[in-house]
Formats: sequence, C-alpha cells, structure tokens
Amino acid sequence: MKMMQTNSNVTLEETRVQEDPKPESTKLETDVENEYCEVKVENLNFFYGSVQALFNVTIKVQEKGVAALIGPSGCGKSTFLRVLNRMNDLIPGTRLEGKVSIHGENIYTPNTDVVNLRKKVGMVFQHPNPFPKSIFDNIAYGPRIDGLKDKIMLSEIVETSLQGAALWNEVKDRLNEPALALSGGQQQRLCIARALAVKPRILLMDEPTSAIDPIATQKIEDLIRDLCANYTIIIVTHNMQQAARISDHTGFFLQGEMVEWGKTSSLFTNPEDQRTEDYITGRFG
Amino acid sequence: MKTEALSRGIVLEKKKSEWRSYELVGFWALRLTLVLVLLILGVIVFDIVSKGAGVINWEFLTQPPRVGMTEGGIFPAIVGTFYVTMITIAFAVPLGVGAAIYLNEYAVQGKFTRLVRMSVRNLAGVPSIVFGLFGMAIFVKIFGFGPSLIAAGFTLGLLTLPVTVTASEEALRTVPKAYREGSFALGATRWQVVRTVVLPRAIPGILTGTILGLARAAGETAPILATGAAFFLPHLPDSIRSQFMALPYHLFIMSTQHHAISQVRPIAYGTALVLLALVCLLNLAAVLLRKRYRDRVAKGL
Ligand SMILES: Nc1ncnc2c1ncn2[C@@H]1O[C@H](COP(=O)(O)OP(=O)(O)O)[C@@H](O)[C@H]1O
Ligand SMILES: [Mg+2]
Repeated sequence: MKMMQTNSNVTLEETRVQEDPKPESTKLETDVENEYCEVKVENLNFFYGSVQALFNVTIKVQEKGVAALIGPSGCGKSTFLRVLNRMNDLIPGTRLEGKVSIHGENIYTPNTDVVNLRKKVGMVFQHPNPFPKSIFDNIAYGPRIDGLKDKIMLSEIVETSLQGAALWNEVKDRLNEPALALSGGQQQRLCIARALAVKPRILLMDEPTSAIDPIATQKIEDLIRDLCANYTIIIVTHNMQQAARISDHTGFFLQGEMVEWGKTSSLFTNPEDQRTEDYITGRFG
Repeated sequence: MKTEALSRGIVLEKKKSEWRSYELVGFWALRLTLVLVLLILGVIVFDIVSKGAGVINWEFLTQPPRVGMTEGGIFPAIVGTFYVTMITIAFAVPLGVGAAIYLNEYAVQGKFTRLVRMSVRNLAGVPSIVFGLFGMAIFVKIFGFGPSLIAAGFTLGLLTLPVTVTASEEALRTVPKAYREGSFALGATRWQVVRTVVLPRAIPGILTGTILGLARAAGETAPILATGAAFFLPHLPDSIRSQFMALPYHLFIMSTQHHAISQVRPIAYGTALVLLALVCLLNLAAVLLRKRYRDRVAKGL
C-alpha cells in the first residue's frame, strides 16, 4: 500500500515536470522520436473513478511478433490491453494520463477516430463471443458495417479470414449454420477470423485460451505463431508456459505496475527484477 | 443417560413432525389461494361466455346497431377499437422504444436516468381517468385535435408508455454485454451496435411487452371517454379527426347508460365477450411471440 502511494506521488511529479515545457517539446518529440513503433506507451496511469489500476506503465513494441503480458489476476493486464483499443471508453468514470501511440499516432487526442482505431486494432476476448448469427454473418459483420454489400467480395473475405484463422476446412460446408453451434475452440477461432476480416494490423487477445480445452488451446497457439508474421499480437495470459511458448517479448505486471519488459527468452531465464523471479519461479501468484 | 438421550430424540421427533404439519397447512393454504384465483377467473369468463355467446353471430359482428341500439351488431365499435389501437401503436411504440434505447444505450447512467426511470414507473400507477383528463386538455384542446381518433389514440399511447418503456428497457438489458463489446471491438459505432446486435436480440421482448400494454389500452374506457369515443355514430370514422365508437365504451353504455338496460343486456354481454376475446388474442400473440423468440435463442440465430 505504501509503495503504491509513493509511486503515484512520483507519477504526479513527473507529469508536472513533463507538462511545463510542453509547447516546444511536443513538436520536438515527434520530430526526434520518429522511430517506428507498433505500440508505444509512455507513463500511463489509468483510473477507474478514483481507483488507480495502472501505474506509470511504459512499453514499446517495435516490430511484428507476439508480446505476452503475464501477472497474477487483478494486476491490470486486461485494463492495459483495453487501453490500446480504447475499449475502456465504454466504462463510465474512467480516466487516463500519459501517452499512448499506435503506429506513431497518439490515440488519445480529442480528434482521434475511435471507430477507425478499433478497426486497426482488433480484439479477441476471454470468452468466445460470436454473435447469435450464422458463421458467415459473423465473419462478414465487420466488412458489412463498413458498408460492403457485394456478395462475391463478402464471400471472398469470409473465406480468406476463416483460412487465416485455420477454421475454413472445418466450417466451409456449414457457413449458414449458427456460430453458436460450434465448439468452444472453434468459436474462439471464429472470433479471431471475425477480427481478421476487418484487416487489422494489431490483434489484442485477452486470455483467449483460458475458457477452452488443451487441444483447442494448442490449435490457437499454433495459429498465433502463424499470424504473428503479419500481425502484431499482444496477448494476455496467466499461463506462464504459454507466454514462454508463443511470445517474443514478455511483460510482467504486478499490482498495476509493469515490473519488467523484455525478450521472452531473457525474462524467463534471467529476470532482472526480484519480483519477476519470484513470480516465474512460482513463489506467489 | 440412555433414556435421557432417547427422550430428547423423541422431543426432536415431535418438533419435526410439528413442523411438518405446519408446512402442510401452509402449503394447502397457498394451494387454496391459487384455486380461489382460478375460480374467480373461471366464474367471470363463464358468466360472460354463457350469457354472451348466444348473441354472437355474423350479423352481430358485421352490422351497426339498429333501433336505438336495441338490435343489430357492434361493427362500428370493433372498427373503432381497431383504428384507435393502430394509432396507439403508431404513437407509443416509436416513442417508448426510442426512449428505452436512449435510456439504456446512450444516456450516461446517473441521477438523471434514475429520475426518468422512476417517473416512468410512477406513470404506470396514474389512474386512467387522469390520463383521460390530461388527453382532453392537451390533445383535444391545446393541440386542437378535437374529440377524435387521434386524440384518443395519443391518450391511450401515453397510458401504455410506461409499459412500453419498461418492457423495452428490460429486453435491451438482457442482451449480453459480450455481444456489445464484440461489436464495438470490430469498429462499430454505437448506433451500429444497437441496430445490428442489440435490437435484433431485443425486438421480440420489446414486442411482447408492447402487446401486453396494448391489450390493456384496448380495454380502457376512461381515457377515451372525453377524448373521442362516441355514444353512437351513424357511420364509420373516415379520418383520424373523426369521433369513433369503441368496444369498452359501448359496453359501458349498454350496461349503464342505455334507456332499456335490461332489454339490451344480451348485447352488452356479447360486446364483453368480443372485447375479452380480443384481449385474449393479443395476449396469445404475445405468448406465441415469446415462444418463437425462445426457440430462436435456443437455435443460436
Ligand atoms: N470496470 C471496472 N470498474 C472498476 N474497477 C475495475 C474494473 N475493471 C477492472 N477493475 C479493477 O482494476 C484492476 C485490474 O483489473 P484487470 O485489468 O481486469 O486485471 P487482470 O486482467 O490482470 O486480471 C482490478 O483491481 C479490478 O478490480
Ligand atoms: Mg483479465
């Protein structure tokens, strides 16, 4: 508790220091820091009402690949993920400090197009949530709300998306059947296909395998490895083995803080922070 | 030692059996109330059917009243009730569903929405004669509709609004959050979420609630008394500004205001039966709709 308090004090001071020389520095920043980043988060503080859920989180995801976020439950992993596509906007009373940029663009400006952002940054949820519509209509959902009506183009998108999610062969003969008739694992791949149909560049996944069986989990892990050639994937998991198996980078969250962020291989074999070591060796959480 | 334990056991046994008999009494008391309710309902329905069925024939349903309303049928009242119900739907459904969508999907939940909800709920408890008075003041006088189908339809619409809003809100609330989130995450705007995910899911519930509200409105007399219902009209209404005859009002006249009440009693019972059948039909429609909706949910479409 005490630690948190000092931490938030530090955060406040830092923000103040940053804010003072703002007029010149913002411009400079964008000019100087022109390096390309898929996702860049700086000094992020996040609040549910008066309760702070994230403390001074800073992270850079520089290239395509899989980034895993691990940590005990309630430490803010989902909150962080939902910052990246502004899903937290839907929860009343939330507030955010700091800077979040995707592909070099600050996504928390007054004129950010949130709808466009969410098309660029897709999301897969913990519990598979296909719409109560047919398999076809589920995949075609995104393109349709984008105004696409052409049947042939829609069919093409449905096929490529389902192939992209390694589900095509299982469902190609039953596209008009309810998506809810699929198994849990298939439903989750359907949700991935549904996200792919919008042609995102980043995919956020919040414990996508925690509600499905081991064999289906295996399939989704394979799928994630395939997808990461073309998409930046940020996945939350509370399964450390999974993080170790599929990710290139790993971040360890604890009580709303990003304790450590680095290459998966080094984080798991050679953690810098004592708390990370305690966690991955199973001493708590 | 042993006997003591034994006697304590007996006491316990006794307590248990005492409890059981209490429970039995309570159970039968509850059962009795149920039987009583059914009995009352049965007597009412039996009374109306047995006395009304005799007069119902094709002529009764398709002819206007004749000879100072002592003979003939109730056709104009059936038509009038149909028309006024249509206007009620046209008024109450868009307004009620729209308000529910706004309250549940758009408005920031807080003091204001709580206040609105509370007001709407309380509106449901306002006596229907008060709605009638209000309708007369607003629609007949201030809006200048005069006593007419439209003034009465709007007044009945106001009366059903609490039911429509509450039922619609309930239906909207049952749509799982996961669907909304899934849709938002694909880049849908709020209206797209409502239109493509929430409404398709909620419409059956909205409809059933609305039909039940209408069934109540269709049987109301007080709200149309001063807003457009007529004692007797020689011809059918020809515009929404016309006055009209209506089943509940006709029934009211035939049973209390007519110059030869005992002579027209059978007609009154016939009218009551038609009105009852109409309301039952609407309720049946609501039940069927709900069933179809349940089946659809079970199939996942
Ligand atoms: N909608 C919400 N309103 C208020 N507090 C929330 C909400 N969602 C999460 N929290 C709080 O924020 C903290 C982080 O939650 P979360 O991001 O869901 O953790 P994780 O995904 O790591 O389990 C928790 O303490 C949780 O209670
Ligand atoms: Mg979570």
